[in-house]
Amino acid sequence: MTTDNVLIKVENLCKSFGEVEVLKGINAEIKKGDVMVVIGASGSGKSTFLRCLNLLEEPTSGKIMFEGTDITDASVNINLHRQKMGMVFQQFNLFPHMTILRNLTIGPIKLLKQSKSEAEQNARKLLERVGLADRADAYPSQLSGGQKQRIAIVRALCMNPDVMLFDEPTSALDPEMVGEVLEVMKQLAAEGMTMVVVTHEMGFAREVGTDIVFVDEGVIVEQGNPKEFFDNPKSPRLQDFLSKVL
Amino acid sequence: MHDFFDSIANSFTKTFITDDRWKQLLSGLGVTIQITIFAAIIGIVLGFLIAIVRSTHDLQLAGKKCRKLSDYILKIANALCNIYITVIRGTPVVIQLMIMYFIVFASSREGIIAAILSFGLNSGAYVAEIVRSGIMSIDKGQFEASRSIGFNYKRTMLYVIIPQAFKNILPALGNEFIVLVKETSVSGYVALHDLTYVGNLIRSRTYEAFFPLITVALIYLIIVLLLSFLLKKLERRLRSSDH
Repeated sequence: MTTDNVLIKVENLCKSFGEVEVLKGINAEIKKGDVMVVIGASGSGKSTFLRCLNLLEEPTSGKIMFEGTDITDASVNINLHRQKMGMVFQQFNLFPHMTILRNLTIGPIKLLKQSKSEAEQNARKLLERVGLADRADAYPSQLSGGQKQRIAIVRALCMNPDVMLFDEPTSALDPEMVGEVLEVMKQLAAEGMTMVVVTHEMGFAREVGTDIVFVDEGVIVEQGNPKEFFDNPKSPRLQDFLSKVL
Repeated sequence: MHDFFDSIANSFTKTFITDDRWKQLLSGLGVTIQITIFAAIIGIVLGFLIAIVRSTHDLQLAGKKCRKLSDYILKIANALCNIYITVIRGTPVVIQLMIMYFIVFASSREGIIAAILSFGLNSGAYVAEIVRSGIMSIDKGQFEASRSIGFNYKRTMLYVIIPQAFKNILPALGNEFIVLVKETSVSGYVALHDLTYVGNLIRSRTYEAFFPLITVALIYLIIVLLLSFLLKKLERRLRSSDH
């Protein structure tokens, strides 16, 4: 495996909130085309780990190498790197005062310097793919949760990112809407998008994940391919966790 | 009965017609409007600037140590803004107006400029707190979504936060401008012939209190009603994204 195949390399990542140590030295490698699924109990630090990857949380110590650059270095312009890292949130966080089309095109127009027509054409093409082409001129408040999350995914995709980060993308959805969002994510994975997904959807992890990571109390307790991970968990903590969620 | 109507007609004539007093009222109205409009512009600009300094400080530095030079500058700017707001809100506007006119503008006695400046500076402090509350009321997820796309802090404010905050604070801002219109009625303290001053002048010249004072009150009321109407219209337009 050559090193330039590694998209994100996390070295000894630590994060504290005041006195509370949330991450206690995480090491991980995400290669191009990987779908890393991060699971763990709430409060284990899995979301904090994900949010550190694009520096929404500033790590207390440790390194995050993204495409060969240490983005924790203060001299790095993080905004340029964030353009290459799409992020999807639990609460969607669409911009409520803009139409869907504007939500999708404001980044490409203002940051990637695309022309309005170019950005809109691209946005409409992606909307088509998630089955929401007819909602381009609607406002976020007119959409269901599942539709909002699909739009949020498209918004990230419009920036043409190298990796997509998902922070519990289905946790705020009504059960009947989870499927449509997971379907879009599966499609993305099948097209070779590199993804890091924090989720409680074990079915998705098993089916789509290439690398499953179990985080507990701020450290990676166990990691492996889905088959090994789910069929043959080694650590007692993971066995205990899986017995509760499966 | 006849006498009664005669005396009403007489006071009406004295109040409005004699010496072209209606023209004085009109020019008083002009002064009031002029002060209000320019003070409002100063108030808005100043208020937004202060609010952005204060909320940037609260969002980025609260409880953290300064690390860069810009952090220290922000901290000092925030402290200055705090002092400004405390002083302005802690003293009567009429005192501020007199300080501006009799001390700051002592040599030139530019009444109108002194009034515009003091009402503008006064309004700015209130607008700042209104805007800050609007910015702080926007969900943290909106900041994060914008930053995750790659927008820097400035552009996040500009495209995502301020437009939403503005919509939320519009009623409070409208209220502030309604208050401002009426606050300018103390301009007479610095020898300005604004609407209130002219009304009172006519009262003292004619010994008629009813027409001058009620007329002045009605004119303020009409201005405020007009302002409320325009604000409501703007609110409705901005609400087009809510369904």
